Amino acid sequence: MSTQSSRFAARMMVAPSVALLLIWMIVPLAMTLYYSFRLYRLISPDRTGWVGFNNYLWFVNSPDFWLALFNTLALVGGVLIITVVLGMLIALLIDQPVKGQGVLRILVIAPFFVMPPVAASIWENLFMHPQNGLFAAVARSFGAQPILFLENYPMLSVIGIVSWEWLPFATLILLTALQSLSSEQLEAAEMDGASALSRFRYIILPHATRAITVVILIQTIFLLGIFGEIFTTTQGGPGSASTTLPYMIFKQAIAAKDIGRAAAGGIIAVILANIVAYFLMRSIGKHLDA
Amino acid sequence: MGKIELTKVRKSFGDVHVIPGIDLQINDGEFVVFVGPSGCGKSTLLRLIAGLEDTSSGTIEIDGKDATNLPPAKRGLAMVFQSYALYPHMTVRKNIAFPLKMAGMEQAEQDKRVERAAKVLNLANYLDRRPGQLSGGQRQRVAIGRAIVREPAAFLFDEPLSNLDAALRVGMRQEISELHQSLKTTMIYVTHDQVEAMTMADKIVVLNAGNIEQVGAPLELYNNPRNLFVAGFIGSPKMNFIEGAEAAKHNAHTIGVRPEHITVGQGPWEGVVGLSEHLGSDSFLKVAVDGIGTLTVRAPGEVNAHHGDRIKLAPGGKIHRFDANGLAI
Repeated sequence: MSTQSSRFAARMMVAPSVALLLIWMIVPLAMTLYYSFRLYRLISPDRTGWVGFNNYLWFVNSPDFWLALFNTLALVGGVLIITVVLGMLIALLIDQPVKGQGVLRILVIAPFFVMPPVAASIWENLFMHPQNGLFAAVARSFGAQPILFLENYPMLSVIGIVSWEWLPFATLILLTALQSLSSEQLEAAEMDGASALSRFRYIILPHATRAITVVILIQTIFLLGIFGEIFTTTQGGPGSASTTLPYMIFKQAIAAKDIGRAAAGGIIAVILANIVAYFLMRSIGKHLDA
Repeated sequence: MGKIELTKVRKSFGDVHVIPGIDLQINDGEFVVFVGPSGCGKSTLLRLIAGLEDTSSGTIEIDGKDATNLPPAKRGLAMVFQSYALYPHMTVRKNIAFPLKMAGMEQAEQDKRVERAAKVLNLANYLDRRPGQLSGGQRQRVAIGRAIVREPAAFLFDEPLSNLDAALRVGMRQEISELHQSLKTTMIYVTHDQVEAMTMADKIVVLNAGNIEQVGAPLELYNNPRNLFVAGFIGSPKMNFIEGAEAAKHNAHTIGVRPEHITVGQGPWEGVVGLSEHLGSDSFLKVAVDGIGTLTVRAPGEVNAHHGDRIKLAPGGKIHRFDANGLAI
């Protein structure tokens, strides 16, 4: 595949799918961009027109915006830290040879198959509920007041729920990374006098860097758009305490029926995602090279 | 410094008794080679000495101190693995310095030792490369470098040359031998290649199915094999074994004649040449001898004998005699 004619043929063959993918991506983006500069409210569809940057200005100046931005980043960052750290610990644990390893691994992976709204409902009603929840029962058995998770710590609760959902993914990827480490390297390190902690720090962790990078990149993509868990549990509240950028856009589009402002929020979210992606690739993207 | 003594060492994996019980003494400064066919337990024995496997029973003493239950790092031994087991994300320098860093040595002393090892092993120009950018022989040398900087009581080599090509293997064999000459440290070397064993060892330990068949200097094993297994394993091509009437003439159940001890031309045996390999320096012939069976003959220089020729052979040198239990008489 290196002669000039074969390269040309290859380009021609790939061209249709590239063109299709480009249209697939460009059309929705262009339409969002278009609406973000328009006055377009479903409540008063007859009032239309160009409004310049007004939609953007409203979004940025709205009292919830900076909180939503912070919440979005806190959700992504918090879940990433919890899943990578706990995922690594669980992966190290279930990598040990134990009886019933197969069953154990399926159990660990199971939460990933639970749909987000279902997972959120389970947590809200069976764990965090102040009367029926397991945590409330535990608190009462110690004579303490049940904690009002969703009322007093809404963002932390959402981070907890989402971490529970994504922990299996991180564990699975990190486990495969651990399994691909040659045991001779660990034995060599053991002979070289490395303690268990040093072996983790100098051998296992560097080996798993690429897997950790993959976990962070993939999870970031999905975590930036988390919506179902918030909608099911806190509805962005109390007040706006657990409103994220996607949830704010949803409120504009569906509750306020203002398509123009929602579109402007969408574009802001796209820009935010690109900024995050840029810094991620700059800081950890080099680990993806072979 | 590097005296290792094994007493009644046993190792079982479940019901499989890999090593049913071994007594062995390795003296300070000796180059000992464990040799045997695959699956004979030689690598397991080495890993027991290294501490990478627990002994099922028996004791391992290093320098007169009981080391049976010591962790690998505390035994003061260094090991070179078959796959080299270099740390791929570290440079050559960091690889070699790793055991020193783990021992908490000062940076200046680390650098000094790494430089010295690099000079000995011709690695000075490669210190800032990663293992992935090195050839097989260079990786091998890095692995050895990582072992020698610690100045261990003994080196353990687990088939270190089996991943190298033939030419490089001969070169590395000499380098390891020279290293032993200059360091005078105890070395234990595991291989299935008897040429490596014969050329490098002060003392060869021949293992079979987890048992020691014979311990001795290379030529002692070659000249006086204790039993059929050692006789067949040491020497290349393999010794010819003859049973029946011909053996009875020598008052033995089996007699063994090495291919290089049979002369072509005159003699009591006569047969038809089957395969003939002419290497220039030697000629290898497979001869179907009447009433005896197929014998391998190694004749020096060029011999004018080809497929289908009838030739006469005479056993010369030593004829090894074995009883019905396979033990030498």
